[in-house]
Amino acid sequence: MALATFSIWRGEAGQGKYCKYTTEFSEGMVVLDVIHKIQAEQANDMAVRWNCKAGKCGSCSAEINGMPKLMCMTRMNQLDLSKPVTIEPMKAFPSIKDLVTDVSWNFRVKKQIKKFKPRPPDAPDGSWRMSQEDVDRVQEFRKCIECFLCQDVCHVLREHQLHDEFVGPRYFVYIAALEMHPLDTEDRISELAKAKGIGYCNITKCCTKVCPESITITDNAIIPLKERVVDEFYDPLKRLFRMFRR
Amino acid sequence: MAQAAASSKRGFGQTERRDLWWVEPLAIAIGLSGFVIYATWAAFQGNNYHYGPYLSPFYSPEIFGDSPHSWFGPLPAWWPLWLPFSPALLILWAPGGFRFTCYYYRGSYYKALWADPPACGVGEPRAHYRGERKFPLIVQNIHRYFMYIAVLFLFILGYDVWKALWFTNPATGAVQFGMGVGTLVLAMNVSLLGGYTLSCHSMRHLLGGRHDEVNKALFGRGCYNCISGLNRHHMKWAWFSLFWVAFSDVYVRLCSMGVWSDRRFF
Repeated sequence: MALATFSIWRGEAGQGKYCKYTTEFSEGMVVLDVIHKIQAEQANDMAVRWNCKAGKCGSCSAEINGMPKLMCMTRMNQLDLSKPVTIEPMKAFPSIKDLVTDVSWNFRVKKQIKKFKPRPPDAPDGSWRMSQEDVDRVQEFRKCIECFLCQDVCHVLREHQLHDEFVGPRYFVYIAALEMHPLDTEDRISELAKAKGIGYCNITKCCTKVCPESITITDNAIIPLKERVVDEFYDPLKRLFRMFRR
Repeated sequence: MAQAAASSKRGFGQTERRDLWWVEPLAIAIGLSGFVIYATWAAFQGNNYHYGPYLSPFYSPEIFGDSPHSWFGPLPAWWPLWLPFSPALLILWAPGGFRFTCYYYRGSYYKALWADPPACGVGEPRAHYRGERKFPLIVQNIHRYFMYIAVLFLFILGYDVWKALWFTNPATGAVQFGMGVGTLVLAMNVSLLGGYTLSCHSMRHLLGGRHDEVNKALFGRGCYNCISGLNRHHMKWAWFSLFWVAFSDVYVRLCSMGVWSDRRFF
């Protein structure tokens, strides 16, 4: 058993302080195990959200030494233990208590996105025909576990707090999954450019770096959506072509 | 949305990160600034840009100029005397604009040169942020037009490689097929620039990304998959091609100045 010191943010509604806890840990433990150990032995009232401990529920998102990560997927041997390990709640969302934040804004945003609207069925039995490769392209986006680490690291939300004008990388992934779906007929490009604020994204790729599901958020979702916005609004030749086609 | 994050907004450079987060933006800042300084210096020189059949890519195409590579001969008389002239100044706006508006470079220089943000999870110097929604950065959406021009440049630079295979015998004046190190340098240059241009996100969009059913793409699914494969390494293409285009100019310049001698294979 080795010793590790954790500096954990404790507080409510944005007010609080870092508290230091030293505890033993054994080989193979992840940060969430240590947090649970501290909770059991030293800080019974410490709030932490978790569920699956397998990197699939997206509940235990936090900032470990300043980087948004899942606590259940961060092994102790990945950390520099010569200094206290800093654990903070996600900064892009309002704090509820200790490591728990209120991420309900994300669910409200999701409700505002136009739903999947398939074309009429291709066959009399009510079924559709799709190329497997077209389905594969959007399948990557469906790996999202909604941990909101990408939203947390995005400086538009984290630093500039433009929650009212920008939906964040998670919802660009969601919109990309719908927009690129071979059956979908809904048009979300106009609202992407305006209400969803895709122009705020300056392609820093931080969202891609922190994604625990390794979704290539920037290259496969955001930039293709930006290109579709260019098609619609900023490409004079395309606009001219559309005018003549009408 | 009322914000009540755990700890208040941090100042410029403040972070809990322990890793060397500043190394990457610093290296990018040095790399990009170094290239811009060298390219600007080289463009304003207006000399030592050709050597035998080789033409520096900074000066290709040479629309007006004094070298045998010039398309329309020397500088026309109507060129205003007060306006500085170099063949490079007529054309460098196109590849420069292509790189400046490139999605990869945008993300890189916003971080490295504008600290917006300096690195992921690191505090920023400015509270105000407009992104690419308004002027001037909304102009970045012109990227695809620079890409169209960049494709034309690929053909021109490819033709330069072809010309770099034909050497004039100084004794007889006869033109003969051959190959020198310079030929390989220019061939590598156009190959890397080809990789960079073809891996461009706008190219990927044009050749299939814009379709929900990729089979409907201009050149079919195979082409889209190929471009997507290149696109996964767009950053590497960007840096290798940036370095090599500068090196190609250095090579031709130093050969022209007599500092280096071009080795002929045959």
